[in-house]
Amino acid sequence: MSTAARWRILVVAFAALTAVAVTYTLYAAGRTDARDKARPGGPAIAAGTFDLSGRRQILFRNMAWGPHRDHLASVPLGGTGGPRTAMPLRCYKFHTSGGTGVCVQAKRGPVKTFSVLILDSRLREIRRYAAGGGPSRTRVSPSGRMVAWTVFVSGDSYAGVNFSTRTAILDTRTWKLHSNMERFRVIKDGKPYRSVDVNFWGVTFADDDLFYATLATKGKTYLVRGNVSTRTVRTLRENAECPSLSPDGTRIAFKHRVKGDMSALPWRLHVLDLRTMTETATAETRPLDDQVSWLDDRTLMYAIPAEYESDQYRVPADGTGSPALVMKAAQVPAVLP
Amino acid sequence: MYLSTARATDAAKGVERDRVPDSAAVRGVPATVFALGAVSLLTDVSAEMVTAVLPIYVVVQLGLSPLAFGLLDGVYGGVTALVRLAGGHAADRGRRHKLVAGLGYGLSAAAKPVLLLASTIPAIAAVLAVDRAGKGLRTAPRDALISLSARPGDQGRAFGVHRSMDTAGALLGPLVAFGLLWAATDAYDAVFVVSGCIAVAGVLVLVLFVHRPPPDDGPAGEARVSLRAALGLLRISAMRRICGCAALLGLVTISDAFIFLLIQKKLDLAPQWFPLLPLGTAAGFLALAMPLGLLADRIGRWPVFVGGHAALLGAYALLLSPAGGTGMVVGVLVLHGVFYAATDGVLMAAAGPHLPAGLRASGLALVQTGQAATRFVSSLAFGAAWTMWGVTPAITVAAVALAASAVVALVLRPGSGPGSGSGLGSGSGPVLAEESSV
Repeated sequence: MSTAARWRILVVAFAALTAVAVTYTLYAAGRTDARDKARPGGPAIAAGTFDLSGRRQILFRNMAWGPHRDHLASVPLGGTGGPRTAMPLRCYKFHTSGGTGVCVQAKRGPVKTFSVLILDSRLREIRRYAAGGGPSRTRVSPSGRMVAWTVFVSGDSYAGVNFSTRTAILDTRTWKLHSNMERFRVIKDGKPYRSVDVNFWGVTFADDDLFYATLATKGKTYLVRGNVSTRTVRTLRENAECPSLSPDGTRIAFKHRVKGDMSALPWRLHVLDLRTMTETATAETRPLDDQVSWLDDRTLMYAIPAEYESDQYRVPADGTGSPALVMKAAQVPAVLP
Repeated sequence: MYLSTARATDAAKGVERDRVPDSAAVRGVPATVFALGAVSLLTDVSAEMVTAVLPIYVVVQLGLSPLAFGLLDGVYGGVTALVRLAGGHAADRGRRHKLVAGLGYGLSAAAKPVLLLASTIPAIAAVLAVDRAGKGLRTAPRDALISLSARPGDQGRAFGVHRSMDTAGALLGPLVAFGLLWAATDAYDAVFVVSGCIAVAGVLVLVLFVHRPPPDDGPAGEARVSLRAALGLLRISAMRRICGCAALLGLVTISDAFIFLLIQKKLDLAPQWFPLLPLGTAAGFLALAMPLGLLADRIGRWPVFVGGHAALLGAYALLLSPAGGTGMVVGVLVLHGVFYAATDGVLMAAAGPHLPAGLRASGLALVQTGQAATRFVSSLAFGAAWTMWGVTPAITVAAVALAASAVVALVLRPGSGPGSGSGLGSGSGPVLAEESSV
């Protein structure tokens, strides 16, 4: 084949490849717009206002397609399947307690970066922090004073995907920020423990000092109990991820990793009684990946993945009963009791 | 276009040729090397596009917990090493360098759009494994093609041209990806599709413009190709020294990930800046791969290769020093870039002329695999040392070991000069065959 012929083939092939690339990108841009249109059969949503001082409500990220997709929304606890109210506040992750809100927001721009917004009870921004990674879990302490958030951080290398997590704890009274929990002292099985590969995620607060979280090191995960004041955590037991403390502080709901399960979601929903340290499997047998919420002292609420969206279910915490749908197309719910 | 007689004259007046201005710096570099450079550039744009968006895609778009990836990393490393040896061997059998490299590039190209269908961690991990297998498969045949296409005296500049084009692709990739995401919000699938298109374009350039190396020294060439013959390469004294030194130095090289982590810890750098650190190293690599390749042809590849490790030693020293701030970061990254520019392609340029043409890919694969294996051991050891002793003692030990290893490498100097024939000494049998081949 002559050199000229080779160049002709290259030019034609490059033109064809460019056409494919441009066409698909335009299609993808158009499809993004489609998510802004409501789908038939979706939940009824109206624009409105609410704040963090309400009672008997669930606030959450609305996942239903339409003009309110990704907006913060509210439903009454008594009518979770009914119409929802949405406010034009976009939160990838959200939590609220004691009149303080935390909202993890995507910044506009070619590089997707995230900010952590601290909100007052009227949903006004008080402070803003760079998240520095993909947002994961976030929690506010019952009094509203302490806020914790976890992000995923990745180091770039050729086709290498090494993730680690970074968890920050903020005191909203003094504005003291513990930007990286990895500097906390770790007591593992009663002995001081140090390792470069320590990761923390999924903080849940008992009060403004005591908290529980997940620690990962050497391929294992541990439930830890920690104190912000002494910057120390102690391991309690193995294999308990994304803890969530019950409102009465007596039990922890968590993701239990099923041994030998190599699927994408190897976790099941279990509850640990902190007084007896006994573990109970809930009646929910579907796999899940969520830091669950407590609807009340007896009932758990958690996300089950669904196409484009995720749906919220509830199940009794004592292992009885069976799962029931709370609402469709909702993520990161926070209960205002 | 160079006849062997012309080459002899060329080598004789080597000093004179070196005086030609920079614009002529690429004169000795064959078209195939530029074609391979273009293939690598396109493939790296494609690969780095995906690498740049994958974390955020997995976490934000798929809503998956990505920590499981890390566990698979070690497995990938082992698989890639084996695939690399197999790729080198397969390429030498029947002189199928172009075919095997093409398969490797093709495999990685095919993996990109498949990411669209992978929505679980194991599925994504499997696609990445295929992508890495493709990379492992193609590396040795590609480097052998560069080595066989360029004249022995021009190996340094040929690898310099290739590595700088390769690195340019790695720098462009994230820009293309983020440009796409800016044009179409959350269109991660478009990133994968466009990445696939660019990778296919790379394969096309390979098919159309990369030529098989000039014919070998006849029947003996193919008969020799066996696993035993490949291992027998270690009987060549220079090869043994190169392999041994590369492996030894690999053992005392702190891995990239740790270098960036050390910078981050030292400065308490905000995590959003963390992904920019590898770009600093890549920029230094890009800028210096050509000049250092030329320097290697002029003063010898081994001094440049060992000198690169001196730059790495400088980076360790900066990390140990009380210096902080932007100056320290820039200094470490520049030295790290110098290290790559002086060692990555230069090692191949140093090893190539010592290997018989018929076993070039197997030999280069052997050098690369030995180095990769000891670097893997090094990252485990450094992680352990860091944990047990803390940061400063760990780097200090690594620095002392690196300095000692560099001295050993200088003493064991396998002999390399600007020309092909100089300093080969022992093991000259196969090398003489190479001499008569072009």
